Amino acid sequence: MEKEIVIRMEELTKLYGTQTAVDRLTLSVAQGEVFGFLGPNGAGKTTTMLMLLGLTEPTSGTVRVCGFDPARDPLKVKEIIGYLPEHVGFYEDMDARQNLRYIARLNDIPDRISTARIDRLLEEVDLAGEATKKVGSYSKGMRQRLGIAEVLIKEPKVVFLDEPTIGLDPDGTNRMLDLIQALSRERQMTIFFSSHLLDQVQQISDRIGIMIKGKLVAAGPLAELAQRGLGLEEGEAYTLEEIYMKYFKEA
Amino acid sequence: MHGILTIYRKEMEDHFSSMRFLLIAALIVMIGVIIASMVGMSMQEELRGVAKPTFVFLMLFTSTGKLFSFVQFIGLLGPLIGIILGFDAINRERSGRTLSKLVSQPIYRDAIINAKFLAGVTMIAIVMASLVLIISGLGIRLIGVVPGAEEIWRLLIYLVLSIIYISFWLGAAILFSVVFRSTATSALASLAVWICLSFFIGLGGSFLADAVAPINQTADMAEATDAFLKNAEIQRVASLFSPMTLYGDATSTILDPMRKTTRAFVLMGPLERFSLSRFQNPLPLGQSVVIVAPFMISLIAITFVCFGICYAVFMRQEIRST
Ligand SMILES: Nc1ncnc2c1ncn2[C@@H]1O[C@H](COP(=O)(O)OP(=O)(O)O)[C@@H](O)[C@H]1O
Ligand SMILES: [Mg+2]
Repeated sequence: MEKEIVIRMEELTKLYGTQTAVDRLTLSVAQGEVFGFLGPNGAGKTTTMLMLLGLTEPTSGTVRVCGFDPARDPLKVKEIIGYLPEHVGFYEDMDARQNLRYIARLNDIPDRISTARIDRLLEEVDLAGEATKKVGSYSKGMRQRLGIAEVLIKEPKVVFLDEPTIGLDPDGTNRMLDLIQALSRERQMTIFFSSHLLDQVQQISDRIGIMIKGKLVAAGPLAELAQRGLGLEEGEAYTLEEIYMKYFKEA
Repeated sequence: MHGILTIYRKEMEDHFSSMRFLLIAALIVMIGVIIASMVGMSMQEELRGVAKPTFVFLMLFTSTGKLFSFVQFIGLLGPLIGIILGFDAINRERSGRTLSKLVSQPIYRDAIINAKFLAGVTMIAIVMASLVLIISGLGIRLIGVVPGAEEIWRLLIYLVLSIIYISFWLGAAILFSVVFRSTATSALASLAVWICLSFFIGLGGSFLADAVAPINQTADMAEATDAFLKNAEIQRVASLFSPMTLYGDATSTILDPMRKTTRAFVLMGPLERFSLSRFQNPLPLGQSVVIVAPFMISLIAITFVCFGICYAVFMRQEIRST
């Protein structure tokens, strides 16, 4: 049976003045997929996510998340998605648990349910030991993991992670990637994440989209991209970097 | 609804633990109480052995004493409470990068503004109500008069007027916090508008009046009167743009029942003046309310205008975490 499509974009375009940030993007992501959105800085990855979330309006084209139009039904979409912004902020003078409780309440989750959920999530993102410390004292990696916990507190169907590994050290990066992979495996969540780092995308994505200067130049499983982009036969050795450079030169 | 309630609760907690707000509130309560108790003590002196005039209790709030009255003081510095509560409402979340998280939760965006406004209004109400209560308590001890039912009503209306007045400044400050990304800019902008509307409009009004209708010495009595009246009218119209003047006019009508009109004395016709001298009875409460209603409505209206602009700017604004 064909998997249900949860994210659908058609001819999606966003202009800032005369500058095209996203150019006629057509892309779908199926239920349970991990989609890696790869592109250099300024490619339009964040802008695409903002349109998927209804945080900015598309200039033209259509977006559907689980069948809802984020521009017209923002609340319906926000009930079922989780979003980790590129630079996530917290209420610095509150501890991890208080920050999570606030987000839970904003999602209308009663405290008696969220208490257990918060404990479980803190365990899961490895912050249980630091839960009573003020977030102001957290390291970048801890903040990023707390961000993931905040995304998961509402038990979303789809999660959008914007550069989840940016600014993390190798250890922090690996923990984050493991966490993302676990979400997909254990909870069958649909994950749409962006990054400008090739190897990370390669490690955890089922499918990859390459975005350059607002245009989606390629999308598909890694092997398929290699065959199409480099003209390789199945089984031949390749790296994502080669593919990436190829598309980059073309664009 | 859960959105408004949750944000409201958090904002209240933030206000109660905000050093900045607590300091300003304490300062204003302290000075207000000092002013009123000075007035109370001098009244205590004057009233010794004299029959107490009607509405003596309200004079505690309206007599000017040595410097200015309590009512004038709140008119002057009350806006600071509103500004302190609101100037960084939205841009604090923006620079703390919590705003993009907040707007991606399933709540309406206006819930964020509304909750912050309501929390601010609650704090204003708490400060003003405790001020009026403290001063009333002092007054009962100092002058030895218990306020009558009508005086209590008048004080209540005064309280409501003051809350609306300071809430207008809260609304304006929140608007600046939406428009400006930096909290320093929004603080400065709020202060600038406050100073401009409160202090310079009066000055500007008299300049304008002198320019348009100069009062010059002429032999012709009728002409001189004409120019004088025109000059006063222009000043009055200009002052209508100043919330402080609106508030001052409204509160003095409510708290001083001997006043029959909010207009300056010079603008009264001879008949009005005649009737004022003939009927030195206090204006009934109902009539006072009728006189101040337009002021209340225009204060509420400009607060809503602020809000309208807030919504228009914020509702469709793109919110990036950078
Ligand atoms: N508010 C804005 N006004 C004008 N241009 C913008 C705005 N936001 C983003 N852009 C431009 O849109 C392009 C895409 O940006 P973005 O989506 O943030 O890229 P990415 O997330 O892939 O690094 C960039 O060239 C950026 O300069
Ligand atoms: Mg980006």
